[in-house]
Amino acid sequence: MKELICISCPRGCHLKVDEKTLSVTGNSCPRGKIYGISEVTNPVRTITSTVKISGGMLSRVSVKTDKPIAKTKIFAVMKLLNQVQLTAPVNIGDLVLENILDTDVNIVVTKKVEAKYE
Amino acid sequence: MCEHDLVIIGGGPAGLSAAYSAFQNGVKDILIIERDSHLGGILNQCIHNGFGLHKFREELTGPEYAQRYIDLIHQTNVHIKSDTMVLDLSKDKTIHCISASEGYQHIRAKAIILAMGCRERTRGAISIPGSRCSGIFTAGAAQKYCNIDGYLVGKKIVILGSGDIGLIMARRMVLEGAKVVADIEICPYSNGLNRNVVQCLNDYDIPLYLSHTVTDIISDKNNGRVKKIVISEVDENKKPISGTEQEIECDTLLLSVGLIPENELSQNAGIEIDPRTKGPIVYDNLETSVAGIFACGNVLQVHDLVDYVSLEAERAGENAAKYLTEGEIHSSLIKVENRSDVSYTIPQYIRKTNMEEGMIQISFRVRRPMKNKRIVIEGHGKEIASFPRIILAPAEMENIKIEKNKLKDVSIIGISIKEMQK
Repeated sequence: MKELICISCPRGCHLKVDEKTLSVTGNSCPRGKIYGISEVTNPVRTITSTVKISGGMLSRVSVKTDKPIAKTKIFAVMKLLNQVQLTAPVNIGDLVLENILDTDVNIVVTKKVEAKYE
Repeated sequence: MCEHDLVIIGGGPAGLSAAYSAFQNGVKDILIIERDSHLGGILNQCIHNGFGLHKFREELTGPEYAQRYIDLIHQTNVHIKSDTMVLDLSKDKTIHCISASEGYQHIRAKAIILAMGCRERTRGAISIPGSRCSGIFTAGAAQKYCNIDGYLVGKKIVILGSGDIGLIMARRMVLEGAKVVADIEICPYSNGLNRNVVQCLNDYDIPLYLSHTVTDIISDKNNGRVKKIVISEVDENKKPISGTEQEIECDTLLLSVGLIPENELSQNAGIEIDPRTKGPIVYDNLETSVAGIFACGNVLQVHDLVDYVSLEAERAGENAAKYLTEGEIHSSLIKVENRSDVSYTIPQYIRKTNMEEGMIQISFRVRRPMKNKRIVIEGHGKEIASFPRIILAPAEMENIKIEKNKLKDVSIIGISIKEMQK
């Protein structure tokens, strides 16, 4: 039995997960069950960071993985993001990197940055 | 002097939501004044996710959450003055503001919503002894440098305080290549949300020193920057215990030691401030002691979830709209008291009007973490309502709702935490 705190939302339910049967108790919504099982089989996280952008009102723009990615790949993703250079304008949801590290996860923009007036 | 029906001071999550709600409730002439160049407030630098689960049923980052509201506002005729700083506010609802493009202006409003948010407590506010060297930042300032401007403030970092901003920044610094050597918390429990302790500290093996504080800062003589800090264990009264000192080498100290509602303008307008919340004293319609001036979001009480800021601001917008059509409310009052284990309540007063219908929402925080208790509302020695809770923590604001007709015979109610009934 593994005791966990669910991170699916700020409520932070205290979960108990049976590693063998994968039964979850203590969750107050279906997301808690999904998190509990994932955490003892293949823990994943959504990564949020920023990348460089030129020609815009700002010099950095925020991005995220469009799905959670394996915890073990977090620093490899950060390395990829350090090489990205975008050009304004960009909008929320714009694709930055596709199918990163062969995981079927994409990097997308999370902030609207308008082009700077010339 | 120009005039508007409703002026909202602050274009962060509270101001945006209040403006949209007032518009939906029929206010035709609304102005938002924002001191930054962009709307969205602090959400712009909160690039992590977890926002919007209550409000939009999906998990958004801060900038995405802000954009939802900015898009809604752009569909309305709400006026926006950005890059404009409000300097003064008077009791007769005259706003003095200044901007590079329009200079010094007076704006007269029929109603005002205060949505100025809060600011971080600094080193001075908690009197940390030691060298006054460089390398000491509030966590929010470091967040702005990192996420907006693209600068990493240090390489070897200690964080004082385990509030949510501190926890989020611990992870952020690690992801950007810094080493976070410790998080120091004076309380015997974390002051952030549990999920943030898990995904920001535990995920990256950052040690959390509970019941500890920083008792000295030592600088590097060569570059005038932090070289190491001294931490000590504290006793139950939060006093450092001599002999427990240990040194930690670092080049940066980030402070996440609480937020203070930004109420200088409110005070200028003669609005009564509650010393417990450091925000305005409000009635159940979120109106302050000055008729027609409302308050919502972090300027009223420090929230932990932006979703609740938006919901509170919606109520302020709706009630400001009501004030503009129906005018001032005069009625007898119910005083709301915080009793055992409850540190404050919002609202502080309930007006006794239309007591037959509707609900009253009361939000508050508890003083210490507790398990399996009841939130109890009492009036005139009798229990009026009770709400069971499996977990109560100071880091998580509680919200309860009670039918107004249950309160029609009382003039004082108390909110307290009690044992479960057998």
